[in-house]
Amino acid sequence: MTVITDALCPFCGCMCDDITVAVENNKITEVKHACKIGAAKIMGHHRIKAPMMRTDKKGDFKEVSYDEAIEAAAKILADSKRPLMYGWASAFCEVHKKGIFLAEEVGAIIDNTATVCHGPSTLAVHEKGLPSATLGQVKNRADVVVFWGSNPVHAHPRHMGRYSVFAKGFFNEKGRKGRKVIVVDVRKTETAGMADEYIQVEQGSDYLIISALRAILAGQAAVVPDSVGGVTKEQLVKLVDTLKAAKFGAIFFGMGLTQSMSRYKNIDNAISLTTELNSFTKFVITPMRGHYNVTGFGQVCAWETGYATAVDFARGAPYYNPGETAANDVLTRKETDAAMIIAGDAGAHFPADSVRHLARIPVVQIDPYWNPTTEVANVVIPVAICGVEVEGTAYRMDGVSLRYRKLVEPEHPTDIEILEKITERVRKIRGD
Amino acid sequence: MELLIKNGAVFDPKNGIAGDKTDISIKDGKIVDKVSTKASVIDAGGRLVMPGGVDAHSHIAGAKVNVGRIMRPEDTRSGIKPRTKLTRPCTGYTVPNVYAMGYRYAQMGYTTVFEAAQAIMKARHTHEELEEIPIIDKGALTLFGSNWPTMDFVREKDMDKLAAYVAWGLLASRGFGVKVVNPGGGEMWGYGKNVSGLDDVVPNFDVTPRDIIISLMKVNEMLGLPHSLHLHCNNLGKPGNYRTTLATLELAKQVKPSKDRQVMHVTHIAFNAMGGTNWMDFESKADEIANFLNNSENITTDMGQVIFGSATSMTADGPWQYTLSKLVHGKWSNGDVELEDASGVVPVTYYRQAISHAAMWASGLELALLTKDPYKVLLTTDHPNGGPFVNYSEVIALLMSSKKRQEEIKTLPPVFNERTKLPGINRELDFNEIAIMTRAGSSKVLGLLETKGHLGAGADGDVAIYDIKPDQIDPSVEHVKIKSAFSSAAYTIKGGEVVVKDGQITATPMGRTFWVDASVPGEHTEVMMKDIRNKFKNYYSIGLANYMVQDAYLTHPKVVKAGVVPVEVS
Repeated sequence: MTVITDALCPFCGCMCDDITVAVENNKITEVKHACKIGAAKIMGHHRIKAPMMRTDKKGDFKEVSYDEAIEAAAKILADSKRPLMYGWASAFCEVHKKGIFLAEEVGAIIDNTATVCHGPSTLAVHEKGLPSATLGQVKNRADVVVFWGSNPVHAHPRHMGRYSVFAKGFFNEKGRKGRKVIVVDVRKTETAGMADEYIQVEQGSDYLIISALRAILAGQAAVVPDSVGGVTKEQLVKLVDTLKAAKFGAIFFGMGLTQSMSRYKNIDNAISLTTELNSFTKFVITPMRGHYNVTGFGQVCAWETGYATAVDFARGAPYYNPGETAANDVLTRKETDAAMIIAGDAGAHFPADSVRHLARIPVVQIDPYWNPTTEVANVVIPVAICGVEVEGTAYRMDGVSLRYRKLVEPEHPTDIEILEKITERVRKIRGD
Repeated sequence: MELLIKNGAVFDPKNGIAGDKTDISIKDGKIVDKVSTKASVIDAGGRLVMPGGVDAHSHIAGAKVNVGRIMRPEDTRSGIKPRTKLTRPCTGYTVPNVYAMGYRYAQMGYTTVFEAAQAIMKARHTHEELEEIPIIDKGALTLFGSNWPTMDFVREKDMDKLAAYVAWGLLASRGFGVKVVNPGGGEMWGYGKNVSGLDDVVPNFDVTPRDIIISLMKVNEMLGLPHSLHLHCNNLGKPGNYRTTLATLELAKQVKPSKDRQVMHVTHIAFNAMGGTNWMDFESKADEIANFLNNSENITTDMGQVIFGSATSMTADGPWQYTLSKLVHGKWSNGDVELEDASGVVPVTYYRQAISHAAMWASGLELALLTKDPYKVLLTTDHPNGGPFVNYSEVIALLMSSKKRQEEIKTLPPVFNERTKLPGINRELDFNEIAIMTRAGSSKVLGLLETKGHLGAGADGDVAIYDIKPDQIDPSVEHVKIKSAFSSAAYTIKGGEVVVKDGQITATPMGRTFWVDASVPGEHTEVMMKDIRNKFKNYYSIGLANYMVQDAYLTHPKVVKAGVVPVEVS
């Protein structure tokens, strides 16, 4: 038996790096320190055994060789006039680089899972920037922590323990007792249940409430009505006092803010609130990123193309206009005539209109697992699991990059090998 | 592979060649005395030949550069070029993508560029980007000025431990040298505060910026690092800060250099040469800084020249970036790094009409023109803080032509003449002085003069040929030609390979990443690591086992050995 320590967890944007894994005969037998979801991810489950293909999406898949599947995938991309390459969040930065290169080759639109998650946060960052900090800064200093539209107990189970609520730090030796925890949400989540203060907002009224907080902070409480979005003015005034009294405050926001009414404007407003709080004390704001390496795709895409996501290579140079060039834009407009879905599950998470269009066009899926995207795929290429069977780089929600270890030897080829071969085949087909 | 460059008007200050018709021979990537008759030949036809350009201070890779890209799609949209069979697509002006970084530097005749700041914890990111930048050689300076271990060891006055930490930090970050930004201020910004001068005490750590600077200068020399301490002074950007700068320069007298170079490099000094008490009575005090430099040894600087137009301010000086964002009512990104430093990114525009901007524009030029020895002032724009590096040709033209400066001054507010000495300065730099400020000087400052910044045998085969004939041009009058020639090299040769011809990329080899492996006595490292392990156990949010940059991120490494125990290299 081999014991691997300091392993990283390939589940959420917390990227816990203190995992211990026991390996016997190239099988993981035990996972320590990870949360339940993380442990399940590392242990793995039913894999797609071999590449599969079908021409009729209502028909059954037939197992094929990797060469056949790669050839078919290359042909789909090379023949396409408007290919979409989507996913990327559950794969490493090294995979993203290969993907962007292939997207350039075929003039594709490349987009990642942020489009149905924290994409609106990126739009807000274009408007306002992002006053943030690494998670250890929060652990060592924060005495006021706000979770807004995020529920770490379920979505980021070790966030509170490692970084934000219970964690003890240099200036906060008491951990939980040294912190005031505030949860703002439409429903009383389990995170809200652990908070010192829970502020229940009416669905879709986050923007109003943030605006009211900003008005109070600016000394204009007089313009705020007695109740805003289901929250009393008294509560809002008290909240502003708490925020101002912080020595170091941190706001963590989730999809309750990015995917509810007003979307990116909510984040834009929350960033302005954070910036303005810095006139009184120190405050930072951080998106609670979901997939462990969804942040990484934004980083790689930004340094390779200049844009963080939704990049259209149809003109040979990167073009970016979310609303026009994001995955769901081209799918709902029925513009895409072929798609490659890799390390992300459009079938499960996209709006019905988008999935309906995916069902009509040729789809290549590259993934270790059978998921709803498989149901609309023509060519399915199983790969090794990044973070378990492959080593490589990912970015934590706060932009800290770490290198994942290989825990067991893969039985499948890696995403990189598949993308390189597809690129090579595409070039042959196109006569380059 | 052999290459012969014939009939060039060569400017090679290190070897005392100033415009002589000299042949340059390159074999296997290095300059040699002679090549065989089989060598390919480039006939320079009397045109200007210099060593490949070397930039000792530019923000080209890493977390804050990428923050700049992500928050500035409006910048990415400028400078777009589609891919070709040879090149990847290019985007951006102040924050170009990785490919544009490499191609554009090469197109200007530059072959070596150093990223000016990386926090150890985010160094992996820096190297991920550096490895994607084509053609040029590069490296990155590592931030130490507000790191908790630094401040602990400074307080304990334990220079052995501090040296061991610096050596270990350079290894952990695969860094090339010691960068210090607003020492102490990075820690204070953790609680939204700042230091206001050399003698403020940093709470909880009980050290002053003065202690930090002197101690790091000392250990830098104890370790015999190729480069000196590289300092971004306290109070950057504040009217009246030239006094802090002068007091900081004084500190260099306390430490003797371990090799033939400065002990302190004070960077982007245009932002630290400000007089006045506020933005209304703001004036340039670059003359006082230049006067100090003329009467001192062991200190070098770079201009940090302001370019009118769009820029992106990015620095580990977190408190200054917040102040700046309030001044310009602009977007603000902040990036504190636990236990290490702060940082921020703010887009800015420099306006001719704003007297403060005009005076800052003047102070970079004043510094370069009033300092007698060009080895003491390197040509930089602190890319992209003063403006993007693609404007170096503009700066060269300004330095070589008093006429051009006067033309520019006419476009500035009348009060300009009262706020700077520039209108009365007639000095015009020559090609040799420009070659020093962009080649020999920067290589010497970095401690790389053996292989970089000159064209003697043994140097790297990095050469630039510009489309001007030095004996047939009057730069003072023909400054438009000067600017055009330096913006687009006729040839750039990197490691003996032609990478640019007539301003177009012709090859995209991968450059090397320089980092310094400094050895210290094992027992010093052991004692130091006890403290480090404690920091990771209690305060860092990641494990020590996952902290250091792995070999995988340096696919083309160039290790420079240093240390208190010199190690023989086989």
